[in-house]
Amino acid sequence: MPVITLTINDELVSGRRGESLLEVIREHGITLPTLCHMEGLSERGGCRLCIVEVEGSPRPVTACTTTAREGMVIRTHTTRLIRYRRMIVELLLAERNHYCAVCVSVGHCELQNVAASLGVDHVRYEYLSPRVTMDLSHERFGMDHNRCILCTRCVRVCDEVEGVRTWDIAHRGVRSRIIADLNYPWGESETCTSCGKCVQVCPTGALFTKGATVGEMVKDPGMLRRVLEGRDRKEWEG
Amino acid sequence: MIPADLRVMAEQERERQEGFRCRILVCAGTPCLSAGADAVLETLRQGVAEGGLDAEIEPVASGCMGPCSRGPLVKVRSRGKEVIYERVTPESARQILFSVVKGRKPPTVSPLPPDFPFLARQERVVLANSGAINPERIEEYVAAGGYGALSHALHEMTPDDVCREVSLSGLRGRGGAGYPTGVKWSLARKAPGERKYVVANGDEGDPGAYMDRSIMESDPHRVLEGMALAGYAIGAEQGFVYVRGEYHLAGRRLEGAIRDAERKGLLGSRVLGSNFNFRIDIRTGAGAFVCGEETSLMASIMGKRGQPWNRPPYPAQKGLWGNPTLINNVETFAAVPAVVGRGAEWFAAIGTPKSRGTKVYALCGQVEIAGLIEVPMGTTLREVVFEIGGGIPSGKRFKAAQSGGPSGGCIPAAFLDTPLDYESMERLGTIMGSGGLIIMDETSCMPDVASFFLDFCRDESCGKCAPCRVGTVEMHRLLRRITSGTATMDDLAKLEELCELVGTTSLCGLGMTAPNPVLSTLRYFRDEYADHIRQRRCAAGVCAMAESPAPGAGGEALLHAMGVPGEVE
Repeated sequence: MPVITLTINDELVSGRRGESLLEVIREHGITLPTLCHMEGLSERGGCRLCIVEVEGSPRPVTACTTTAREGMVIRTHTTRLIRYRRMIVELLLAERNHYCAVCVSVGHCELQNVAASLGVDHVRYEYLSPRVTMDLSHERFGMDHNRCILCTRCVRVCDEVEGVRTWDIAHRGVRSRIIADLNYPWGESETCTSCGKCVQVCPTGALFTKGATVGEMVKDPGMLRRVLEGRDRKEWEG
Repeated sequence: MIPADLRVMAEQERERQEGFRCRILVCAGTPCLSAGADAVLETLRQGVAEGGLDAEIEPVASGCMGPCSRGPLVKVRSRGKEVIYERVTPESARQILFSVVKGRKPPTVSPLPPDFPFLARQERVVLANSGAINPERIEEYVAAGGYGALSHALHEMTPDDVCREVSLSGLRGRGGAGYPTGVKWSLARKAPGERKYVVANGDEGDPGAYMDRSIMESDPHRVLEGMALAGYAIGAEQGFVYVRGEYHLAGRRLEGAIRDAERKGLLGSRVLGSNFNFRIDIRTGAGAFVCGEETSLMASIMGKRGQPWNRPPYPAQKGLWGNPTLINNVETFAAVPAVVGRGAEWFAAIGTPKSRGTKVYALCGQVEIAGLIEVPMGTTLREVVFEIGGGIPSGKRFKAAQSGGPSGGCIPAAFLDTPLDYESMERLGTIMGSGGLIIMDETSCMPDVASFFLDFCRDESCGKCAPCRVGTVEMHRLLRRITSGTATMDDLAKLEELCELVGTTSLCGLGMTAPNPVLSTLRYFRDEYADHIRQRRCAAGVCAMAESPAPGAGGEALLHAMGVPGEVE
């Protein structure tokens, strides 16, 4: 694969043609926070945390959806970008009801980790405190809309990997909700195969295994890669 | 149909029209219909039938004539002369009909003066046929020279010639951003791909704007002809008109127009006897403002959730089903037949050096005559408001004009002499936008106006990206605090910081431009914001201010547990 050269934070680095900026940046050991991105799924560009400055571009671009090109000059951690990332995380925390102290995912939550790494120790914006519910109708899993950040990893993994598309989004804007089928209780969904992939890719405690109590919901980040690689090797055939 | 047939059709229709002593056109656009135009038309038809005047007088349902706030409008056209009556009732319609028959002046209704500035000061290119023809009869469009440009292009121009002509005309996108149309067409023409698409964006959603609706209702064939020209120029065989869901009448008239044009061989296979095939289908929106954004619009056409995707790739490279797609606004397409038919030079001579041609504006708000106008680019705001629009009613003072809807900004009284063109408006911190002009007088409170538009954006955000989804809600909350007298100067700083975030990091145009109404009102009316916060005073008397002082930072409103339950739901 042909090699391209670009400048990231004043350092010349190389990458492969066709890679996304995010891949190149991470390959060179630079940490860039992401929440909607997940290796193995299509890119969404929705959380906007991986924004980077590209010379010649009037506004920051999301590294996950931008293809790396020869000669690009990138900055990943300008004061402006860091400030934006903090604000976005604050907004996400203010959007739903993220009570970390009583959350099944506390300590293993990507949102919490990103917030901690960015130094978000308080939220300056008004909490929207929406009255949303939990869906506990599925026999093995639960869905807690209070913790959902609408990254749509569950929607994408269900559609792209499991090939079912049980999950989708209803409504729009801040009223957006993840729904099963045509807004049925998860347990009554006729399409759900109960594979549990959505639970494993969910970055927060929104999707969890029943029975987990505070801090017990540890997700398996390698699951998706194992599934995809196993499929490539036809591990489960024959 | 071949070009000769087109000429015959035009000739026959002209003869038919000249056979009448008089044609009475009643505006059948949405504003006039809602004011009772159908009753007026019915009265006229009855009157003509009762008097046995069928061969002499023809009542016609026409498109929009312009001064919509004065509707229903009736235009009497006899022997080359035209008079327009405003606010016609069935009763006055009978008088008008009687006067036409007897050749006398109607006793109690008088027509608009011939030099009525609202009509006389306009230069109609896109709206040339609006209010002059029956939009539901293809013959009338053809008699007015319609499909002549398409016929000329198909038989005497190469697709490259058409692209060049559009480039030379200096036509720029009328949907808002003002991207040069010729460049867009050339990009779509050069993009590799076997299938290409042409899309007309008729998902007009800005509050107060209805230029596109009126064009689609009053002259649907002009849009179709523009699209066919685009299809020929870029090598597409399929077009889509994306019509806003609320525009029933526009959709119905376009549907009829497409059917008529296909029946006559002006669309479909082998258009006008050439080797060019072009079909047009209608796609109806389902009530999402964000679908006016081109990538969301295409997602919607493909049957997906109306959400934008990251650009690049741009639609000209990868659009509908991965194929090169040309998207233009309805008004842009409507200007194309004039550009190709009358020549790029003629078009480029109108307007200013950088913004050529004419622009349709929907003039509304606190102005004497609200309606649809078309003026050359570079006409000053003063001319539009005071000469054409007749000024501000009941002796109030002009305060500001909001252009570009929720994506635009305001132009304060100090800049009344600004020429309305893309560059000048951008310098003032607003945009041309699709052409909505909301005129505000001294009774408007600017923080309240900003809050209105933010409320709109908050409601219309699709929810895909976090800054727009949550940021607009938080901004609206801060604005509501300001307009309710419970804000602190710290809130204003937070608001400005959020404006920067949402404007810079949002995924699509909706989020990127959502802060504009706040930024532009802050730019010109910062005192009003400060007044609201420090004095808890609303000079315009619009905002109901709280009696008690604002809770300080960390006050009860910020406590997590105190959030108003159910408010977001």
